[in-house]
Amino acid sequence: MKFGIVVFPGSNCDRDCHYAVQEVLGGEASWIWHGERSVGAVDAVILPGGFSYGDYLRAGAIASSSPVMDAVASFAERGGIVIGICNGFQILCEAGLLPGVLLPNNSVQFRCEQTTLLVTNINTPFTELYYREEVIRMPIAHGMGNYFVPEEAANQLEEKHQVVFRYVNEKGETTPESNPNGSVQNIAGVCNERGNVLGLMPHPERACEEWMGSDDGLRIFASMSRALGSRRK
Amino acid sequence: MRVKIHVTLKEGVLDPQGKAIQKSLGALGFKSVSDVRMGKYFEVELREGLSKAEAEKELVEMCEKLFANVTIEQYSFAIE
Repeated sequence: MKFGIVVFPGSNCDRDCHYAVQEVLGGEASWIWHGERSVGAVDAVILPGGFSYGDYLRAGAIASSSPVMDAVASFAERGGIVIGICNGFQILCEAGLLPGVLLPNNSVQFRCEQTTLLVTNINTPFTELYYREEVIRMPIAHGMGNYFVPEEAANQLEEKHQVVFRYVNEKGETTPESNPNGSVQNIAGVCNERGNVLGLMPHPERACEEWMGSDDGLRIFASMSRALGSRRK
Repeated sequence: MRVKIHVTLKEGVLDPQGKAIQKSLGALGFKSVSDVRMGKYFEVELREGLSKAEAEKELVEMCEKLFANVTIEQYSFAIE
């Protein structure tokens, strides 16, 4: 099981992802430079968090036109598993691999805090190790995490089970108070229609061991590993 | 050939930065302000000799692919 982690100028969670999948999960991880035209021999691709190109123009906009993004798009087209975390989510949206866009937080403040999330779809290669409607904890750290899609598109996401995570309170209820950034329908993570590309603002790699405050994020990487293992059989 | 491009948020898309600016204007005593929307402005130099039609075609593509995210933004440009 080999994870390829894409490194853009300004990525800063790449090493954290490497640690999570290699040291904690026991998988293998390698780097993919943003100028590469192929993702190489990897089983899954991670677009890590950070501030690629200093968030110039719009978060993720410049990175989305990097050579490596064509390679990531064809990897996804072939059914490859791709996860974008935080800035990675912004890049996937800008590249058109996921619907919607991440706007500045409605508070206009950078929010760095623990969040409570509801896993709303466990039938994806990223979430198969969670329980149905499980309430989990993962931290966020972003200034532009306000997920926006026009209302009609948001309803379609719901119908097609593309909403994977929502910000909720401790009881698992979707409330305005539990929404840290103003995202439409408290959406924290979405996948494409096919289910092999996921983007989320919370950081699973920062919640992969108990001392971090939560180890709930590890099961995302573990799910990916398991999903790929069962594909091979 | 110089081109001026404006990119603005579509109506209905929340503009928290515009709202913060509006609030500050109020704090500074400008009581007349009822709304502020923030946008982006670009000056682009195109090579000479390009026909207006060619330039327009390229500019539409540039705006749709990079200058604007058409999910949330609209654009306009003026060729000088």
